[in-house]
Amino acid sequence: MKLAASLHRRFVVDDVSYVYATGSAAVLRLDDVSTSLLDAFAVEGGRNLAEWESDNADADDLVDRKATLDQMVAMGLVRPAGETAPPASKLPPMPFPLATLVLNVTNKCNLSCTYCYEYGEDRIADSTRADGTVKAPMMSAETACQSVDFLFESAAARRDVTITFFGGETLLNFGTIKAAVEHAEERARAEDKLVGFSLTTNATLLTDEVVDFLVSHRFGVNVSIDGDQKTHDRHRTFKSGRGSYEMIVPRIKGFIARNKAADGRPIGARVTLTAGMTGVCEIYAHLHGELGFDEVGFAPVTSAKENDYALSDENYWQILDEFAALAEDYVVAAAEDRPHGFSNLNDVLRELHQGINKAHPCGAGLGLLGVSTEGELGLCHRFVESGEHEVGNVATGLDEEKRREFLEAGHISTKVACHECFARPLCSGGCYHEAYVRYEDATKPNLHYCEWIRAWTDLGLRTYGRIMNANPGYMARFEDRRAAAVAAAHEPIENTAPAGTEPTL
Amino acid sequence: MKHLFAVNQKARMIEGIVIQKAQQAHAMMAPDPPFGCTTMFSPGWEVDSSGGTHGLCTPIERDLYDCYHTCYWPAQVPDALTNSPNWAKSCGAPVNDWASIDLVFP
Repeated sequence: MKLAASLHRRFVVDDVSYVYATGSAAVLRLDDVSTSLLDAFAVEGGRNLAEWESDNADADDLVDRKATLDQMVAMGLVRPAGETAPPASKLPPMPFPLATLVLNVTNKCNLSCTYCYEYGEDRIADSTRADGTVKAPMMSAETACQSVDFLFESAAARRDVTITFFGGETLLNFGTIKAAVEHAEERARAEDKLVGFSLTTNATLLTDEVVDFLVSHRFGVNVSIDGDQKTHDRHRTFKSGRGSYEMIVPRIKGFIARNKAADGRPIGARVTLTAGMTGVCEIYAHLHGELGFDEVGFAPVTSAKENDYALSDENYWQILDEFAALAEDYVVAAAEDRPHGFSNLNDVLRELHQGINKAHPCGAGLGLLGVSTEGELGLCHRFVESGEHEVGNVATGLDEEKRREFLEAGHISTKVACHECFARPLCSGGCYHEAYVRYEDATKPNLHYCEWIRAWTDLGLRTYGRIMNANPGYMARFEDRRAAAVAAAHEPIENTAPAGTEPTL
Repeated sequence: MKHLFAVNQKARMIEGIVIQKAQQAHAMMAPDPPFGCTTMFSPGWEVDSSGGTHGLCTPIERDLYDCYHTCYWPAQVPDALTNSPNWAKSCGAPVNDWASIDLVFP
């Protein structure tokens, strides 16, 4: 019988050797014995087990070595050479209960940010009806409440549900948001469910009344802000061309102070990175240190290559250098057991620590759907009003067949290019919307940023290793409590895939 | 584990579930909930579905499906659970349709 090392990523930090097994998403620390074992089987075509045993017959610790090899097989790190690929995982039992509904409460905005995809050529939504008339720019309170009902019904036995408000500028339709929240809280009380709310805003309309409402209903809020005044005002402007920084900063400060006093949920800044605006560390220092945001997340602008604000390949690598520098800051904080607000890294560390292994890149179409102003259901907020990706309407229900077709087509087993990539468990082919903009097919893997994703995942792994060396207790905050309870009890859980196949955490 | 150390939650879970379980000795027993020839009367075993012996093991066509559907039985039929889910799709009644069963090559 021949054994071979399966797909994995090895990394050494501060002289400690680690390995990330792609098949199981397990992270393991190696010593000299396990390192030499992995080396012995990491050869093209694998190695004959009987031969390896006779080569090692004189070793004093042969019994130990054989036990370690068995453990490596269980962890999915070493597998029978030429092992038939595990059968493509089927979808979870459908209809999958919904967890999150994203309500596009308006398509309108009081800003005219120059890079906005809602107004650019990358916009895939179509706001005209079949008869040529224009769809409602604002979601009515009635549609919002109908959406809430749809979520509660589609969530079935799931206890926690989330409603996210998105736009346009969400707060332009504050009345509808209030109506939806009131209705959702009523239903949650009646059905003993827990409902959470979140919202994205440009902060221009954060009046005292709005702030009171957001804080008292424990909203998770994301504010779109790009950095200091010079950086922010370059793209985030009013129609007149005037920047919005001066207007929003006092409102943001007031909101953060009020939220802290009420012990509210963390408030995040959502930064769009554009050409020439890639100084991540500086932006973080300003937004976290000076303005007081709890978390800061960075996202590259979605754009066709021709736009002057589009990020070049060089810009992407500059961003990665900046992410690495900010990760240094993160490691210092983690060693002192202080939480850090670099949310991109928090997300990666959480997924690495839990050992997440994704069959789909995100929850779109699975646990999450987007709703247009007129109640049409899309795969996510970015796909609403895109006819091709419409999967029903809150009034008439979800088109389960279309949903299933999309999820089967978007499953990692169909993305052959990803099968040899160590970063697959976290990336799973990347954003559907990005793939649609690039390749006109949402289910294609985003091959244009593979190198970058691998480098970013590698940075995540190294940072994870450094934190595990310096202060392993820090990671407890990222644990999945359900999985921890299962492991502690050593009880098998239903449908647990064996190591080396595709576990579904 | 002596030379390999579980670091993340997934590795600890596999260590707990797979490795420790693998090290325990188990008698071979029916899965839970119990099914198989001792708890379910199925043509091909002790008695047939009508309680008699008319529908028992012979001829082979009669108990073909029992070799993989209902009971553990080490017969040479394709694995219908994972690799060949449709191998007998075109054969509704083996007694009549046995000739239309697919050939499966490992």
